[in-house]
Amino acid sequence: MTELPDMLAAGPEIFLAVMGMVLMMVGVFSSEKRALGIVSGLAVASLVVTLASVVWMADGRIVAFSGLFLTDSFAVFMKTLVLLGAVLVLIMSENYIQREGMARFEFPVLVIYATVGMMMMISANDLISLYIGLELQSLSLYVLAAFQRDRGRSSEAGLKYFVLGALSSCLLLYGCSLIYGFTGTTQFEALAVLFTGKESAASPGLVVGIVFLSAGLAFKVSAVPFHMWTPDVYEGAPTPVTAFFAVAPKIAAIALFLRVMLEPFGGLIDEWRQIIVLISVASMVLGAFAAVAQRNIKRLMAYSSIGHVGYALVGLASGSEAGLRGVLIYMAIYLVMNVGAFACILCMQINGRMVEQIDDLAGSAKSHPMMALGILVFMFSLAGIPPMAGFFGKFFIFTAAIEAELYTLAIIGVVSSVVGAFYYLRIVKIVYFDDLLEPFDKPIGRSLGTIMTLSGVVTILFFLYPAPILDSASIAAAALFPG
Amino acid sequence: MEAAVVFLPLLGAIIAGFFGRMIGDKAAQYIPCVLLTVSALISYYLFFAVALGGDPRTIVLFEWVTSGELEFFWSLKVDTLTAVMLIVVTTVSAVVHIYSIGYMHHDTSIPRFFAYLSLFTFFMLMLVTADNLVQLFFGWEGVGLCSYLLIGFWYDKPTANAAAIKAFLVNRVGDIGFALGIFATFVLFDTVRLDDIFALATSKSDATLVFLDIEFHALTIICLLLFIGAMGKSAQIGLHTWLPDAMEGPTPVSALIHAATMVTAGVFMVVRLSPLFEQSDVALMVVTVIGASTAFIAATIGLTQNDIKRVIAYSTCSQLGYMFFAIGVSAYPAAIFHLMTHAFFKALLFLGSGSVIHAMSDEQDMRKMGGLWKLIPVTYALMWIGSLALAGIGIPGTLIGFAGFFSKDVILESAFAAHTGVGTFAFWLGIAAAFMTAFYSWRLLFMTFHGAPRCDEKTLAHVHESPRVMIWPLFLLAAGAILSGALGYHLFVGDGMATFWGDSIAILPTHTALADAHHVPVWVKALPLVMVAGGIGLAYYMYMVRTDLAAIWAEKLRPAYLLSFNKWYFDEIYERLFVRSAFYLGRGFWKAGDGAVIDGVGPDGIAASTIRFARRASALQSGYLYHYAFAMLIGVVVLVTFYFFTGTGG
Repeated sequence: MTELPDMLAAGPEIFLAVMGMVLMMVGVFSSEKRALGIVSGLAVASLVVTLASVVWMADGRIVAFSGLFLTDSFAVFMKTLVLLGAVLVLIMSENYIQREGMARFEFPVLVIYATVGMMMMISANDLISLYIGLELQSLSLYVLAAFQRDRGRSSEAGLKYFVLGALSSCLLLYGCSLIYGFTGTTQFEALAVLFTGKESAASPGLVVGIVFLSAGLAFKVSAVPFHMWTPDVYEGAPTPVTAFFAVAPKIAAIALFLRVMLEPFGGLIDEWRQIIVLISVASMVLGAFAAVAQRNIKRLMAYSSIGHVGYALVGLASGSEAGLRGVLIYMAIYLVMNVGAFACILCMQINGRMVEQIDDLAGSAKSHPMMALGILVFMFSLAGIPPMAGFFGKFFIFTAAIEAELYTLAIIGVVSSVVGAFYYLRIVKIVYFDDLLEPFDKPIGRSLGTIMTLSGVVTILFFLYPAPILDSASIAAAALFPG
Repeated sequence: MEAAVVFLPLLGAIIAGFFGRMIGDKAAQYIPCVLLTVSALISYYLFFAVALGGDPRTIVLFEWVTSGELEFFWSLKVDTLTAVMLIVVTTVSAVVHIYSIGYMHHDTSIPRFFAYLSLFTFFMLMLVTADNLVQLFFGWEGVGLCSYLLIGFWYDKPTANAAAIKAFLVNRVGDIGFALGIFATFVLFDTVRLDDIFALATSKSDATLVFLDIEFHALTIICLLLFIGAMGKSAQIGLHTWLPDAMEGPTPVSALIHAATMVTAGVFMVVRLSPLFEQSDVALMVVTVIGASTAFIAATIGLTQNDIKRVIAYSTCSQLGYMFFAIGVSAYPAAIFHLMTHAFFKALLFLGSGSVIHAMSDEQDMRKMGGLWKLIPVTYALMWIGSLALAGIGIPGTLIGFAGFFSKDVILESAFAAHTGVGTFAFWLGIAAAFMTAFYSWRLLFMTFHGAPRCDEKTLAHVHESPRVMIWPLFLLAAGAILSGALGYHLFVGDGMATFWGDSIAILPTHTALADAHHVPVWVKALPLVMVAGGIGLAYYMYMVRTDLAAIWAEKLRPAYLLSFNKWYFDEIYERLFVRSAFYLGRGFWKAGDGAVIDGVGPDGIAASTIRFARRASALQSGYLYHYAFAMLIGVVVLVTFYFFTGTGG
C-alpha cells in the first residue's frame, strides 16, 4: 500500500465526507425531535476537527491522487476561512431553523457536503477535479437555497439558482473542453509549463476557452455580468443560508478563481488581465450603484457582496504576489465582517416573525444598543472606513493595483467605494437617528450575541494586531508564486 | 521660584475650571485668589533679586521644538524688564481676583470666571517671560483667547458675543503681522531665540530681504510687521476699534485685560525687541506717528462719550499711544514707566467705575448718574485719585506728584528733546491730548458724582457703597497711583536708569532723547501742567457752572462734535469697506460658487445621477430567469468580443 501517504493529503476532506455520511445515518436513526440537535452538534464538532486537522497537517506542497489534488499553504489558508465560515454559520442558524419550520437534520449535513465540495475546489489541481468539487458544492447549495420548500420564495430561489447554475456549468465545461482541445491536457502543472516563458503561446481558441472558464467561475463568485442570480437567491433563501452563501462558497470560488488564473494560466496574464479588469470594474460599479436603490437588507447584502468581489478581483487583475496577498487578506476580513453583519440581520425579528426591510431597523439603537453598535461597526467596516478592518482589506488591494500600474482600476475602485459608503452609512443613520416604530424581539440569543461580539471585536481591533492574518496571507500568497 | 510665579495661576485655573463644580463657588473663588497672591509676592521677591540685585536669569523648563535649524525651549527669561512686568501683571491680577469676589457674587458661573481670569494671567506671564518669539506668540495668542472668552463671558448677551468676535477678528489682523514678523525674523537670523537675535542685530543692520523682486531693508520690514501685531493687541489707531466694544465684558476684566495688562503686551513686545527697532529709523518713525495719532484721536473721542467705561477705554487707547510714541523716540524706559503707572491708575479707575456701576444696579450711562458723591464717598475719593494720576498732577522739579505726572511728563519731554520732525509732532499732539485727558476725566467725575441725580427713584434708593472685598483692593491700587511715579522715577528714567535696566533694553548711543529730556526748557516742563489745569477748569465751567454750555457748543461745532461722538466713523468705514464686502463676497461664493456650481454639479448632481443610475441598475433585475440567462450569454459574448477587439489575442 504505497498509496497511503498519497491519500493522507486529502485526509481532512475524506474525514469530513465520511462524517457527512455518518451524520446522515445518525439523523435517520435518531428520534425525529432530537435528530437536528444531535446532528447539528456533531456537524459543528466534525467541522472543527476538520479545521484543526487542516491547520495541523499544513506542510508545504503535496500533490496527491496522480496530480488531481494538491494541498499547499494557499489551500490551507482558504480552507481555514471556508471552514470557519461554515462553523460560524451553523452556530448562528441554530435558532433560526428551529423557529422557521425548517428543523430537519439534513440542513447541517448539506452544509457539510457543500463544505467538502469547497475544499475540493480549493485543492483542485486539474480541470476535472475542479469541476467535481464545484458541482458537489453547487448541488448542495441548490438544495440549501430551496430548503424552506413550503415557502414560494425559497423554492423560487433554489430553482433559479439551479437553472442558472446549470447554464454556468455548461459554460465552464465548454471552456474546459476548448482548453483541452487546444492544449491536450487538463493538468494545471502541465498547462503552466506550456505557457511559461513563451511569447504569445495562446491561440485564440485557447483564450476563448479561458473566457468561458472565467465566465463559469465568475458566476460562482457572482461577478457582473454573471451576478443576476445573486439578489434573488439572497433574498429568497432562508437567512442563514444567505449568510452561508455570502461567505463560504464565495471564498472557495475566489480561491479557485485565483488558483486557476494564476497557476495554470499565470503565463497568459497579459491575455486575460483585460477581461478580469472589465469584470472587476463592472462588479464594483454595479455593486455600489444598484445597492443604493434597495429596500431589502438581504438584497442589499447581495449587491454589497457583488461589489466586494469586484474589489477582490482588482487584486487578481494586478496579477502580482502583493495583489494575491491583498485578496487573501481581503477575504479573511470579508468573512469576519459578513458573519457579523448577518448575525445582526438574524436578530431582525418582530413578534417571532423575521423582517428584512431596511426601514424595520429604524431607531433600533434605542431598543437594542449593542446590536446597533454591531451594525455600526460592520457597516463602517464594509464601507472601508479606518480604523475598521475593512479599510485595510481595501488598502492592500488598492496598493497592489497601484504597484501594478492599474491606476484607472484603483481610481474606479475608490470612487465606487465612496458611493458604497452611502448605503452602508444610510443604514447606520436609520438605526441611530430614525424613530423607533416596532422594537425587535429580545433577547437575541447567546450564540448570535457571541458571534456578533467576537466578529465586532476582531473588526475593530484588527489594526492593533494584524500580524497573524497578514503573515499567513503572505505565506499563502507565496505558494502560488514559487521562486 | 520663577516657575511658581508662572504656573500657580495655571494651577488656579485648572482647579477652578475643571473642579469648580466639585469644590463649590466659594473654593473656586478663594483658591485662585490665594494662588495669585502668592504668585504676586514671589514676583516682588524676584523684582528685588533680579532688577534691584542686577541678576537677570533664564530658566529652561524643557525642549519644545527641534527641527533642523529651528530649535527652541520652553523657558522663563527673567530680567529687569520682565521683573517689572511680573509685578504689574501679578499685582493687578491679584487685586482684580479679590475684587471679583465681590463684583461677581451674584453671577451664576463664578468658577468659570475665575478659571478664565487665572488662565489669562498664566498666558500673560508666559508672554512676558518668553525667551523666544514662539513662546511670546504662544502667550500672545493665549491672552487673546482669554480676552475673547472674557469679553463674551455673558454669552447670552448678543452684544457681548459680537464684541468678543470683533476683538478676536481685529486681533487676527495684527496677529498675521506678528506671525509674518516671526517668520521673517527666522529667515533673516535662522533662529527665534531672543538672545541670539539680539547678538546678531547689529551685524544685520544693512541686510535686505527680497520679496516680489523688490529689495527691502530687512529689519525695517521685520519691525513694521511686528509692530502691526503690537498695534492689534495694544489698540493703536486703525486696529483700535475692538477695545471700546470689549467693555461689554465684566468690569474686572476691563481693568485687568483691557487696561493694565494685555493691551500693554504690544508695548512690552516692542520694548523687548528694542535691539531690533533701534536698527530701523523708519520703523521708529512709524511707531511715533501712529502712537501720537492714537493718543490724540482717542482723546478726542473720549470727550463726548457717555458710557462711563467707554470714556475710560478711550483714555486707555490714548495712553497706549503715549507709550508708543515714547518708544518711537527711543525712550523705552519711559514707555515701560508709563506702562507701570498707567496699570495702577487705570485699573483703579476701571475698578472704581465698576464700583459705581455696581452701586447703580448695572447702569453705565453717565447721563443717568449724577450726585453720587455723598452716597458712595469712598469710591468718589478713589476715582479722584485715579483721575489726578491719569491727568498727571504734580509739582515740576520735585518728587511730589501723582504717578502719571512723572511718567507722562517724561514721555512728553523726551518727545520734545528728540528734536526730530516726528518727535515734535508727537510732542504737540501729546500736549493736546493731555488737555483733553484732563477735560474728559473731570467731565466723568462731574457727570457721575456731582449735580442733581438723574436716575430713577428705585435705583437711587438702592445706591450703596461697595462691600469691603471690593474697596480694600482699590486702596492698594490707589497707593500705587499716588506713589509709584515718585518711587520709580529715579530707577526707571532718572540717574539710576542704566544700572537698573542693564541689558534688558538697548538704546543706540545716538538716540539720546531720554537723556536729554531732563534738560528741556522750563516751559516744556510746565506746559503739560498748564494744559491739565486748563482742561480741569473748562470741565468745571461746562459741567458745574454753565451746564447748558455743552449742548450749545455741540450745536455750534456740530461737525467736530459728530466726528468725535461717532468715533471718527472708524466702525462705519470698516463696516463698509471690509465687513460688507466680506459678507458680499462670502454670499457670492456661497450662493453662486458653493450652492450652484459645487453642490449643483458636485454632491447634488452626482447624488441625483447616482440615484437615477441605481434605479436603472436595479430595474435590470427583472426576476425572469430567461433575462438572467440571456444576460450571462451576452456577457460571455461581450467578453470574447472585447478580447478580440483589444487585440491582445491577435
